[in-house]
Amino acid sequence: MPTHLDNEDVLVAEARAGNAESFATLINQYDRHIYRLALNITGNQEDAEDVLQDSFLKAYSNLGQFQGDSRFYTWLVRIAVNEALMKLRKRRRASSVSLDEPVETDDRSLMPREIEDWAVNPERTYAETELRDILSQAIEKLEPQFRTVFMLRDVEEFSTEETAKMLGLSVPAVKSRLLRARLKLREQLNKYFRRGPQ
Amino acid sequence: MKCRTMKCKEVIRELSEYLEGELDPTLAEALMRHLEDCEDCGIVVDTTRRTIEMYCNMEPAPLPAEVKQRLQRALEQKLKR
Repeated sequence: MPTHLDNEDVLVAEARAGNAESFATLINQYDRHIYRLALNITGNQEDAEDVLQDSFLKAYSNLGQFQGDSRFYTWLVRIAVNEALMKLRKRRRASSVSLDEPVETDDRSLMPREIEDWAVNPERTYAETELRDILSQAIEKLEPQFRTVFMLRDVEEFSTEETAKMLGLSVPAVKSRLLRARLKLREQLNKYFRRGPQ
Repeated sequence: MKCRTMKCKEVIRELSEYLEGELDPTLAEALMRHLEDCEDCGIVVDTTRRTIEMYCNMEPAPLPAEVKQRLQRALEQKLKR
């Protein structure tokens, strides 16, 4: 979750009154976070850019509806998640996997296959951009129903209940998908971070 | 995994709640006892925790310049209306 601006309430009020500069300040604070979220949900750069633009345009048009009972960023994320899910559903309509498809609940499929200790601070052996690429590639390999839940819970740090509400899922479904996402990502990252031969 | 399958399965099933500190204290204690004897589960717990931390701590890349320009243009058009 990004750092919030101290004067966010003032900026939102000014933007609502038509101050474009204040709205631009809010955008600059959150644009890369919204783009990353959109990219990780849709898995497609073109869609992510559409989601980014549409989310900010929609936010501007609907500023009057923002009640201030949550952070502005939380409200923005809700808009972006809706936009991203619409894109994803549109793209996946032609394919066989649905975002709402029940997830396999067989415990055997959860059992980790690769169990190797990781080096101490292996992430420090990579430059920041390189590490970011590794993490992005791993998340790209997850199926949308897993990466969407993971992004909202572990990256954006929404609660299980908020995530369930945003995605129209039950709380147990969010928990189940999150566990699977975490285990799959751990396994993906294992090849980069495992301790080398002694 | 080398240790008893049933117990390991349970650790994996409760992993998220354990890492979030939301596991029932009795279950958490049983899980920790299991970790004392099962190296494999210890590794899975540790590396899953580190996986979550890495993602949580990673700052997003700056917005690509051309994406930013197009966003600004779209907003300018909207604000002119």
